[in-house]
Amino acid sequence: MTNTETVTSTLGNGNGISTLAQVRRVIICAGTGCIANGAMKVFEQFKSEIAGAGLQVILELRAEATSDEIRLSKSGCQGFCQMGPLVSVVPDGILYTKVRAEDVAEIVQQTLVGGQVVERLLYKDPATRKSCRGLEDNPFYARQDRLVLRECGFLDPEDIREYILHGGYRAAKKAFVEMLPDEICKTILDSGLRGRGGGGFPTGRKWEAARIQNSPKKYIICNGDEGDPGAFMNRSVMEGNPHSVIEGMMIAARAIGSNEMLVYVRAEYPLAVERMRGAVAAAEREGILGKNVFGTSLSMKCEVMEGAGAFVCGEETAMIASIEGQRGMPRPKPPFPAQSGLWGKPTIINNVETLAHVSRILNEGAEVFRSIGTPDSPGTKTFALTGHVSNTGLVEVPFGTTLREIVYNIGGGVTDDAGKIWKTGFKAVQIGGPSGGCLTEDHLDLPLAYESLRSVGAMVGSGGLVAMNQGTCMVSIARFFMEFTQRESCGKCVLCREGTRQLLALLDDVIEGRADQNTLDLLEKLGRAVQVGSLCGLGKTAPNPVLSTMRYFRKEYEEHVFEKRCRTGRCKALLRPEINQEKCKGCGLCIKACPTGAITGEKKQPHHINPELCIKCGACATACKIHAVEGI
Amino acid sequence: MASMPVVVDRAEKFEKVVSILDRYSRRPSGLIPILQAIQHEYQYLPEEVLTYVATSLDVPPARVFGVATFYAHFALEPKGKHVIRICDGTACHVKQSLPVLNALREKLGTSEKSTTTADMLFTIETVACLGACGLAPVVVIDEQVYGQITPERAVALVDEIKTMEAGLATAPESEQPLAEVVND
Repeated sequence: MTNTETVTSTLGNGNGISTLAQVRRVIICAGTGCIANGAMKVFEQFKSEIAGAGLQVILELRAEATSDEIRLSKSGCQGFCQMGPLVSVVPDGILYTKVRAEDVAEIVQQTLVGGQVVERLLYKDPATRKSCRGLEDNPFYARQDRLVLRECGFLDPEDIREYILHGGYRAAKKAFVEMLPDEICKTILDSGLRGRGGGGFPTGRKWEAARIQNSPKKYIICNGDEGDPGAFMNRSVMEGNPHSVIEGMMIAARAIGSNEMLVYVRAEYPLAVERMRGAVAAAEREGILGKNVFGTSLSMKCEVMEGAGAFVCGEETAMIASIEGQRGMPRPKPPFPAQSGLWGKPTIINNVETLAHVSRILNEGAEVFRSIGTPDSPGTKTFALTGHVSNTGLVEVPFGTTLREIVYNIGGGVTDDAGKIWKTGFKAVQIGGPSGGCLTEDHLDLPLAYESLRSVGAMVGSGGLVAMNQGTCMVSIARFFMEFTQRESCGKCVLCREGTRQLLALLDDVIEGRADQNTLDLLEKLGRAVQVGSLCGLGKTAPNPVLSTMRYFRKEYEEHVFEKRCRTGRCKALLRPEINQEKCKGCGLCIKACPTGAITGEKKQPHHINPELCIKCGACATACKIHAVEGI
Repeated sequence: MASMPVVVDRAEKFEKVVSILDRYSRRPSGLIPILQAIQHEYQYLPEEVLTYVATSLDVPPARVFGVATFYAHFALEPKGKHVIRICDGTACHVKQSLPVLNALREKLGTSEKSTTTADMLFTIETVACLGACGLAPVVVIDEQVYGQITPERAVALVDEIKTMEAGLATAPESEQPLAEVVND
């Protein structure tokens, strides 16, 4: 029997799993983050060291693997990028972090041959200073509830047989062989699955709307255009478990009666493009995509398209325009894409994470999915936790989890700029990227879900969660997002195109000390006008970061405007460098360093800075050995 | 000094474009993948090639230029030999990616408007997010990702490339791929 036959025959009974479990495996994370940190060198080093130690190394999955063999494989992103490269040894359940090629010999000798743990490569909990052996005692992983990400760290994304042996494509087979389209739509609707891309629209209802369309041609599009700066959960799923996305798309296609699927991936994610393309080719080879899918008369084809760098293409109608070879500009809805989308045909566009949930819902039933999360927002959501926290990475938790749990227990607490724990350093969390808003200390116990976030002026969005410490200037953060949306506005709606530009100019006035009360009023008024006067989600939500920071950090705006002062010292134009007259010994180092001749003073007498001439470059502060220059 | 970008022979230039157009069956709907393939070939989109694409697809040149200027991925100017991309996504931004950008711009004498050095050796770009937020701040030099970068380290990396380029210039016509040297 050939490999292909073995694997395809296991579809539906899952016999292969038991043989797999006995094989000792070394899994090296090969996500973008770990590769950047040298994971491929570690992989090559393992290959030679294992062979050198006289152990049998297998790189390909085989049905007849024996227990004295060690399978070396790459995995997709495990979401703990900061600690990469990550190396897991199963079934021992050991997770090594920050592994260098030089450490490999020790792991092979100690762990694979000797069965001992290499203590120094284990993750240390920054709060308790305790070493964590594996995932179970690692607070970053142990407190998560990983559904979509579960396989990301353990399956070889480049090996379709592994996905199949772990129960993959069984749900798709069920959908094609045992279920009718309306049954699938009903199951998804019953599960309460909502779009993970930001809007939170019920997926089942969307599918049903496309299903009832009387059209011989329909399309399924997977939205992998994850443009939110600071979010990378879709990248991880596409890199780590591409087949779960394809399976979700196939089920969606079956549900609405489509035979053509397309994955639209962001061009900035070359590895995700490569893995998705590889997965489609593998599915075609195994006969999962192509003609007569699962023995039915239905056919199924899938293409992968690379985006060209436009944030607005994450919007459904803009994405359709982009696929049709046009500029990615949104058009008014209705008609909705489910009625008239790509080439005027009914089209369903679902986010990567939404699709990755689908096969599990079909396998386990809608009730199981509903039992996780909150009644209005069932299931789990992956957040990309970044910024000033100890553990950055992907965090998958049930809806309803509090911010405190994510930032303090999973994230390990807030840090200063140098990465050290700062107990009282929490200032805000920005959620939902350029469309979202800020959450403050008051919201730490708010359960995160679609409705609760909307009620405080933020949104789930794609799930970017950026923690910020007390050293972050909130006006600058608002400006950062406004600069982004202003640049990415497609230019169709006047209020979005011109309004974002004016909002940015107003924020610059605040930051550079030209603002007065009018500026603040105008910011709010214009912000609301842009929300109302824009066609698509980009414009409708563009003012959110400004409005939300103005709501929760009003004091900071007022300090900038009325006192011309930035409490964090990040806004250069508002700096007032002064020389502490008591500290200054009059050595003259600052006079030499000053490029504009703004500092004067007699030798051995305290010096002075002329504010008219000072350009706030900070050269004096760097030059002064006794830190007598203050306020810069 | 580094060599100027190679002047492509006209006939050869269009021969490659023709094969790309054929690969996408000259369908106007394939415009974006076609432009991506052309840019992959030349590192940028030369103006005369865009006009040629418009004629071949039987669409107005305005449509081709419209698409080429809309998407950030397309460049209408030639880029330097080494492309440095600084991530300015939210995570990188709050972890101080701007000082890295400023240090590199100062080092190479480029600005927001003129992104390529006069000797055509370096281009500095910012990107919205590379999805490597766990390693913030991130810099990508010629497809190699460097995480948790500081202004000092970024400048040192540029110095390394400069030294290597100087070495290449004294040994002309060396076919050694640059990326491999940079990686170590």
